[in-house]
Amino acid sequence: MSLLEVNGLKTSYGNVNVLAGITFKVEPGETYALVGESGSGKTTVIRAIAGLAPAQEGSVLFDGQEIRGLSERAMRPLRKDMAMMFQDPTGSLSPRLTIRNLITEPYRIQGMKDRDLDAEAKRLLSLVNLPSHFADRYPYQLSGGQARRVGVARALALEPKLILADEPTAGLDVSVQGELLNLMNDLRERLGLAMVIITHNLNVVRHVADRMGIMYLGRLVEEGTTEAIFEEPRHPYTHCLLSANPEPDPDARLEWVSLIGEPPSLLNRPKGCEFRERCPFAKDFCHNTPTWQIEHGHGLRCLAPLS
Amino acid sequence: MSDSLLEIDRLSVDYETARGDLKALRDITFDVKKGEIVGIVGESGCGKSTLISSILRLTAPNTRFREGEVRFKGQDLLTLPERKMRDLRGADISIVFQDPMQTHNPVLSVGRQMVDIQHRSSASRADKRRRAAQMLGAVGIPDPEARLDQFPHEFSGGMRQRIAIAMALISEPSLLIADEPTTALDATLEVQVIERLRELQQEYNCAILFISHHLGVIAELCDRVVVMYAGAVVESGEVREIFHNPKHPYTRRLIDCDPGHIKERARVLPTIPGEVPDLANLPQGCIFQDRCDQAMPRCAGDVPPLTTLKVGHQAACWLNQMEDPV
Repeated sequence: MSLLEVNGLKTSYGNVNVLAGITFKVEPGETYALVGESGSGKTTVIRAIAGLAPAQEGSVLFDGQEIRGLSERAMRPLRKDMAMMFQDPTGSLSPRLTIRNLITEPYRIQGMKDRDLDAEAKRLLSLVNLPSHFADRYPYQLSGGQARRVGVARALALEPKLILADEPTAGLDVSVQGELLNLMNDLRERLGLAMVIITHNLNVVRHVADRMGIMYLGRLVEEGTTEAIFEEPRHPYTHCLLSANPEPDPDARLEWVSLIGEPPSLLNRPKGCEFRERCPFAKDFCHNTPTWQIEHGHGLRCLAPLS
Repeated sequence: MSDSLLEIDRLSVDYETARGDLKALRDITFDVKKGEIVGIVGESGCGKSTLISSILRLTAPNTRFREGEVRFKGQDLLTLPERKMRDLRGADISIVFQDPMQTHNPVLSVGRQMVDIQHRSSASRADKRRRAAQMLGAVGIPDPEARLDQFPHEFSGGMRQRIAIAMALISEPSLLIADEPTTALDATLEVQVIERLRELQQEYNCAILFISHHLGVIAELCDRVVVMYAGAVVESGEVREIFHNPKHPYTRRLIDCDPGHIKERARVLPTIPGEVPDLANLPQGCIFQDRCDQAMPRCAGDVPPLTTLKVGHQAACWLNQMEDPV
């Protein structure tokens, strides 16, 4: 059984369809990356899974249990198994709490009174390679990288099965970024965590994700193993995204395949293939609507795929 | 020195704080030639922002210029009267800031802001508006005439950054400072913005001081690179030299850390353990010694000077003077 099964998930705010039917699965211990431009709905997907954003249609099965639309009260015990890492590391830490209180807050929220919170704080800090005296610090005394690690520690406190991580390396220096990714890779192996990671940094995806899904206008347009997608992207949008990745080598000329124009408005979704107007490879027949096709575990929504 | 547009000469800048003087910049020396794109690479706390605000002289009240000069077209900006300085900013020296969502006035139309920024010109309002539309077109905004009447919130982040570039170039400056102009943007928009910058640089022949921590973007765009660490220049030179033949351990480690290099899935990514030293309490000797895996006893003694290793390549590391005593 998959740990997480998202099926036809739809979210709209008024008449803005932010998510137009998202379907994917995450197996226990697997890392799944959601990739796409700003506004493609990545963050809404994980917020909707965690019950922090509305989802009007579809289903979210977590460990076999339907969790879409659960009340806050019914959701709370499940949050033990599902932790969230927010995008802004410092902003997601309450400025008035010490690091000790911040990382042990999950125990208090879950009413786990039998725990020795001091000992837990120590254990969690060492898990994320922070010295134990950090327990007495406040968020403003941390660097961006340290605040990230506190975020990881807090997400790990209740030994979840799934971590939902929104841009876990955004704003980090490259020398620190590697440290955080190593830490997450290591924890995943030791604790058997599954993760859904949102990022637009493709270099990060390559090193952490087993499988990835590419989102455009609130839909998945391609999905497959990370290797397959990097080696042979089939959807023109994926191809454009992957090509927009300048290499740290002055002799490697960028062979960028440019998207045409700007993302269309969600209020006025294009007819037929929604990517057609921006697609450098569009054909006449692309005014038809592509359906989601799966071939050898590789999902694709395109009428004129690249070969 | 006649082809140098901007010369930063032994610039040292302190911030006076309750903990004592924070030595934010120490002995910074590099230059930007006419029409050249120079990249500044460095991580948090390396002094990039202090450097920019020193060039523009938009520094915090507790800033003290301890030593050195910032010469623009041969004139020291640090001693220039404020009025003269104001004539330069936004005219001959322009800047594009990091966050395109916060650089525009939200309650004025883009056209109004682009006309206002031409306040030095004596052209008629209609001419200024035409010029604004022409610049919008030049940065690739479709239908520029009509879009002048729209407000910043009606544009996407990438478009807003391109509008910021259009506004910075409208006065045809000889120096454009771009402070991490693509950090807040998606990869596709990032590439779009750097391509546009390169085209415009060729068209207007302005020099660009491009600040970024994205090595891929630096490699793609820049002619020369200055690598900064904890308030000092540790290495500088032509972009090929720096990327293919780095001569400072920090530069080498920084390039190693960039996951863009590593094509195969890596179990363990390289990092630089340790932290940037406290600038209010500087260690003796080399600033990087604590994190350097090649540190020697000598590194704890004197600060290694920035030495020319060959034409177009300088580094500040004792290792180079051992291998190759000049």
